[in-house]
Amino acid sequence: MSRGAIALENVTLAFGEGRNAVTALQSLSLTLRPGDFLSVLGPSGCGKSSLINTIAGFQRPQAGEVSVDGEQVVRPGPDRGVVFQQPTLFPWKLVRQNVNFGLKFRNVRRAQRDQMVDEILHKVGLSEFGRHYPAQLSGGMQQRVGLARVLVNKPRVMLMDEPFSSLDAQTRLMMQELLLEVWTEYGMTVLFVTHDIDEAIYLGSQVAVLTRRPGRLKALFDVPLPRPRTIDTLVSKDFMKLKRTCMDLLREEMLGVPAATEMRGRDSNLPRDRLLVESADVAA
Amino acid sequence: MANPMTTPSLPIDDLAPAEPSKLSVPANLDAIRRIITRLLALAAFIALWELASTNKIHFLINFAHVPAPSVVAVSTTEFAQAPKSLRHIANSARRVAIGFGLALLTAVPLGLLIGRSRLIEDVIMTPIEVLRPIPGVAWIPLAILMFPTAEQSMIFICFLGAIFPILLSTIHGVENLDRRLIYAAQSLGAGTWPIFREVVLPGAMPSIVTGLTIGMGTCWFLVVTAEMISGQFGIGYFTWESYTMQKYPDIIVGMLVIGVLGMASSALIRFLGRRLTPWQQNQGTR
Repeated sequence: MSRGAIALENVTLAFGEGRNAVTALQSLSLTLRPGDFLSVLGPSGCGKSSLINTIAGFQRPQAGEVSVDGEQVVRPGPDRGVVFQQPTLFPWKLVRQNVNFGLKFRNVRRAQRDQMVDEILHKVGLSEFGRHYPAQLSGGMQQRVGLARVLVNKPRVMLMDEPFSSLDAQTRLMMQELLLEVWTEYGMTVLFVTHDIDEAIYLGSQVAVLTRRPGRLKALFDVPLPRPRTIDTLVSKDFMKLKRTCMDLLREEMLGVPAATEMRGRDSNLPRDRLLVESADVAA
Repeated sequence: MANPMTTPSLPIDDLAPAEPSKLSVPANLDAIRRIITRLLALAAFIALWELASTNKIHFLINFAHVPAPSVVAVSTTEFAQAPKSLRHIANSARRVAIGFGLALLTAVPLGLLIGRSRLIEDVIMTPIEVLRPIPGVAWIPLAILMFPTAEQSMIFICFLGAIFPILLSTIHGVENLDRRLIYAAQSLGAGTWPIFREVVLPGAMPSIVTGLTIGMGTCWFLVVTAEMISGQFGIGYFTWESYTMQKYPDIIVGMLVIGVLGMASSALIRFLGRRLTPWQQNQGTR
């Protein structure tokens, strides 16, 4: 699959009107190649979710352009699957019906739909639970249904808004493994918003750090850790260095303290060569 | 614990399963005791009423013309055997059913539209907000003038009683729907109509069912009132006629029948409500 290129050009998004207007994103430009896995970090309330909402088509930016594979995003669509922080399943539909929902709006025959639902439920380990209501499942299982509901449409792009943040540590680890597994298999482009630095580095091929609101791109760097990533990845030296970089960037944003200079003095060889983009005002 | 040879950790483990069974016996007994208390209270209430009526007590309330329970019991068996009784009940039930049904068919689609569109809300809700505070009973004279038959005016009164609670709770249900569910449906490729049918309607359903329960209660309240004023048959008419004809025990019979009918219809609504929201019973089983 060689599709799924995302391009944001000078995107500005604001909510509300007049005095209550809040600028969530300010002239944000970002490009993802097909099959990229970009983790997005940022201080809370910095517009990470707004980034997802504009690419998903839930909100139209006031300025700038969002496109997927060269096509401008004007409305939500099944080519861009969204996994929310809460599972957001339809409580009145059985697990099967939830997963089947997107398929109904495509020209797929019923027998084939049933087969596709079976396959994807098997993949996320929920074959036994097709006839349950979402409320009968645990939070982790519900989030797996949410993932299956999106995956069944074979989206070019997956937009994930802190999808594992409400899960316990153990379940989160399992979900992260599952996500990497399906990403490796399907090769879609993933934009993964999180506030968890470990998660961002562990999953992503690249990590983007946003500034405080209004959100701009503060830094973007590659994660050169080998795949498949394992628990060993999480304790490797390179991982720790990247984590340090992220922590400093985030702390700087949250406290407004230019910690970056101090960090660079101590550990100057790593972040510099990995830093692909850094907004000009960091030093200011 | 009785065994001194056991290790200190064991008695605690032994206690754990024993605890609930020890507790469950008094809990069961407690339930039975409560039922007995309630039955005794009911019996005492009926006995006091009997005493008050037979002794024609006149203190604040005049019991001289209040039939005693023993007399009412006799009248109730007579009512159960009389051929006209069923016709009274059937007439009232039909008025409620038609009025309530029409209200349901109007209020739910209207409520869904109002909940989703600000324009429709502004156009339709304005007159509704003006009419809503007027009690249904106040409509009776105008309703008689508005319709060619008393039957139609009574059905209209029932309709009025049910439509507002159903409409308002439908709107409430739609407006409180989690926005993210609509986002999710849109990003899965659903268009306007599928979202309406598969997300908005079921999402508002629990609230709609609440509105139906309230609407059904209002419907009975109003049909009885309307029948007292302009009825020919019907349980409200029967009750009022018993008063004018001085068949006082039948007043109580009528009141009891109204109570039973109201209870039965709300049980029916609850049953239908459970059928319409099957996902709600399954909550918390895990």
